[in-house]
Amino acid sequence: MPAGVSLRDFYYLLPELVLTGGALLVLIADVLLPRRSGHALAWITLLVLAATLASLGTFSGTHEVAHGLIAVDEFALFFKVVFLVSAAVTVLMSVRYLEIEGASPGEYYFLILCATLGMMILAGGIDLITIFIGLETMAVSFYILVGFIKPNQKSNEAAVKYFLLGAFSLGILLYGMSLLYGLSGTTNLRVMAPVFFGPETRHDPRLILAVMLVVAGVGFKIAAVPFHMWAPDVYEGAPTPVTAFLSVGSKAASFAMILRIFLEGLPAMVHDWQILFEALAIVTMTVGNLAALTQTNLKRMLAYSSIAHAGYILIGLVAGTPRGVSAMLIYLFIYTFMQLGAFTVIVLMRRRDVVGDELKDFSGLHFRHPYAAFAMLLFMLSLGGIPPTAGFMGKFWLFSAAIDAHYYWLAVIGVLNSAVSLYYYIRLVVFMYLKKDATGSEPSTTPALTVALAIAVVATIYIGIYPRVLFEIAEASARTLGVVGITAALP
Amino acid sequence: MQFPILTSLVVLPIAGAACLFLVRDDESHAPLVRNIALVVSALVFADALLLWSRFNAASGDFQFIERHAWIPTFGISYVVGVDGISLLLLVLTGFLTPLALLGSWESIQRKTRAFCIVVLLLESAMMGVFISLDLFLFYVFWDAMLIPMYFLIGIWGYERRVYAAVKFILYTLGGSVLMLLAILSLASLHNAATGSYSFDLQKIYALQIPPSQQGWLFLAFALAFAIKVPIFPFHTWLPDAHVEAPTAGSVILAGVLLKMGTYGFVRFAFPLFPDAAAQFAPYLAVLAVIGIVYGALVAMVQPDMKKLVAYSSVSHLGFVVLGICAMDTQGVQGAVYQMLSHGVSTGGLFLVVGMLVDRRHTRLISEYGGLKKVMPHLVAAFLILTLASIGLPGLNGFVGEFLILLGVFRWSPPLATVAATGVILSATYMLWMFQRVNYGPVTNEKNTGLRDLSPREWAILVPIIAVAVLMGVMPNLFLRPIEPSVNRMLNQIHAVAPVRVQVSHQPPAASHQPPSSN
Repeated sequence: MPAGVSLRDFYYLLPELVLTGGALLVLIADVLLPRRSGHALAWITLLVLAATLASLGTFSGTHEVAHGLIAVDEFALFFKVVFLVSAAVTVLMSVRYLEIEGASPGEYYFLILCATLGMMILAGGIDLITIFIGLETMAVSFYILVGFIKPNQKSNEAAVKYFLLGAFSLGILLYGMSLLYGLSGTTNLRVMAPVFFGPETRHDPRLILAVMLVVAGVGFKIAAVPFHMWAPDVYEGAPTPVTAFLSVGSKAASFAMILRIFLEGLPAMVHDWQILFEALAIVTMTVGNLAALTQTNLKRMLAYSSIAHAGYILIGLVAGTPRGVSAMLIYLFIYTFMQLGAFTVIVLMRRRDVVGDELKDFSGLHFRHPYAAFAMLLFMLSLGGIPPTAGFMGKFWLFSAAIDAHYYWLAVIGVLNSAVSLYYYIRLVVFMYLKKDATGSEPSTTPALTVALAIAVVATIYIGIYPRVLFEIAEASARTLGVVGITAALP
Repeated sequence: MQFPILTSLVVLPIAGAACLFLVRDDESHAPLVRNIALVVSALVFADALLLWSRFNAASGDFQFIERHAWIPTFGISYVVGVDGISLLLLVLTGFLTPLALLGSWESIQRKTRAFCIVVLLLESAMMGVFISLDLFLFYVFWDAMLIPMYFLIGIWGYERRVYAAVKFILYTLGGSVLMLLAILSLASLHNAATGSYSFDLQKIYALQIPPSQQGWLFLAFALAFAIKVPIFPFHTWLPDAHVEAPTAGSVILAGVLLKMGTYGFVRFAFPLFPDAAAQFAPYLAVLAVIGIVYGALVAMVQPDMKKLVAYSSVSHLGFVVLGICAMDTQGVQGAVYQMLSHGVSTGGLFLVVGMLVDRRHTRLISEYGGLKKVMPHLVAAFLILTLASIGLPGLNGFVGEFLILLGVFRWSPPLATVAATGVILSATYMLWMFQRVNYGPVTNEKNTGLRDLSPREWAILVPIIAVAVLMGVMPNLFLRPIEPSVNRMLNQIHAVAPVRVQVSHQPPAASHQPPSSN
């Protein structure tokens, strides 16, 4: 393998480079611009994200960059679009929130961009080293972002919790990765995969230990039960836009990493990790939904609901088929919009004296602000999987993947969970539409929030009615991952 | 290209709802909003009648088929079409919706615009359920319909409306999620058999599903439909939903929504899984008979008029399910007829009860008494609808129940005998309720000054009663389009499972006689 990095490699890394440059630009602008110029910084951040998005389109096809450190393919591209869009919506949500909290916008936007950069590296990483770097870049940015509201005790507590548990889980993941390296002699997933197909390594107990450690490590990142303890506290304590970004971007990136590691690197061990993920999926869906039933704080409720959704998405991984992978991509894409939309409505409710994330704050919202209530209704129905919303299409695709791969019981548990989840989503609808007392807080809109909400609403309705385009793109993206090898390995 | 008449039935109400969005949302515009909604729903009814006039009643095949690709990678398309069974249910939906709107003309005094939008969206989804010939499309409409109904009960209902609305949506959704999995499995089976996915009902009809797999697929479909009908013991959501729903909600719920369950049996559960249907039909029939008797007995002791009519629905729909389980021409034809007839007479009863509640704001039977002296016209209409519901010959209820009992008697005399007691019981509870409300002296002085029918209420009751009489004296008008479709469905079932079930007492040839009402 020739050493050194050529100019072509930089060409394929153009989006990452644009984003890095843009992040630095935001930091410099923060120093040069006069104080209290949050709007200007938000604009710059949005422009950086748009430029990165545009640069994604400058090349096509499948490439390996820097001798197999990073893959540039449609799979990565799909996720990069998800990250950039969710980062943009997060920025739109943040402008007024930061003003109310009195937090300094410069570092905030810089960190959002850094986290996005980490996610993009993660989506392309086909080498354990790259994956680790991407993961750390993302995680460290989030540790700071979660604790960004310095005077707020809950925010601080959340940051410390997230940091300690995150560092611990990262250690476990690293231990697993080091075992993989020790057993295969390489950190590159695509080089590693054939090694493990050998008869002597395949049944090595150390390899099984490594798989278990990696599953535990990534389980923390996607907040799968029993590695979910951090999620409710962190989601509740973090600034709401950060919570939104964390629950969407970080989750999607972690799923990209999971797909890369297990489908590209460990297809030989498919039966071992499939059982682990099947158990995780069942427990995660069920515990997430049952815990969400009793929550009265909306951010906590959405935290548990997001845990449950991770469980649904794992169904696609357990199915292990190309359809399963495409279902995961589709679901993550759809989930991004409905989850961001729901958090945008929560941000709408935030006023100087009202936090606005308790269930009772939404009481009678329909009578005070019908449009916000309608948007929230749409997101709740979509999260609950009721047609004709996008969430139904996503769930439909996941369950169809499970049925196709003959995981009937998993599908049954999935749909029953989905029916249970409707109870708590509908409860919010009851508060918004059927309760008439006007004690709840008054939402206030800004153009940025309206745009964020409109993006989420349009996507949720459009995909719910005409999902064809998304489905075809996701299937094409899933094909570029090394899934074909997997199906061959299955009995 | 031909005019897509079936799609227009779905799109027209949505377009009407969209128009209403343009009207200012305050109560001074409420009359305008109501009139627009009424005109739109009347146009939909005219559209449905136009469909009927163009329908070829001699054929049992699906007609007016429209087909468009929707999600081609998974074989999902927009396929709609009607046969004689769905045709009349479409007409029923079109008939009841304007009446439901008229019935709520004065009782809905807040959020009128939203109310009209919700009713129109509900109508659109109901039409969609009846025309879908693609299982995926059917499921989308089936679930989408829950949301407007939920709001109808939850926002404009009575005291315990929130409880009733949540119970309604959780029950029906909980029942239907397993059906989604069964639908997915069917597509998967189609893939295994032919190499491509398809949700097209006609293609899946042609599929030979191994009997060993039919069992659980049938049960998954049957559970969803049984909750919707509702079949005993899945009926507990119904009295709550009916009692708490506003008049329009009750009318649509009893008139159309419950029929979706029985329609589901006729269209999906039985023809798709004939072996399983033959195996489970006796059990289903026993549940139906329990429902007939149980519903009647519980109805008898209800102090609340709406609850009484709700339980009478459990009893009457037991007849429909029983007729379907008999799986012969009379039984199924009678079942379809009874679906229509129940929609008319129970819809009418809820409208009359709604009129009483509008005047007195109570549903309790004990609050009334001697109304005949105060409101002779209203009571006359009430009487006709009561008799129609009981099944008096010459009115609509008789034909369906008679055909059903005839069909069931050939299949299983014991079941028919027990079910026939339901007819007697229904006369008991309905007439007793009627007597307590309308005869005797006026005991409650609040009842003395009640006004009789207003012109608007005449406009509601005259069409209902006219249809009830028409269905009673000219049943062939309605049976003619039904019969070929029912025969096609039965051929489909018996072609695969020619051996009739354990309880059979008659040779199968009996089922090819013409219906006795001809």
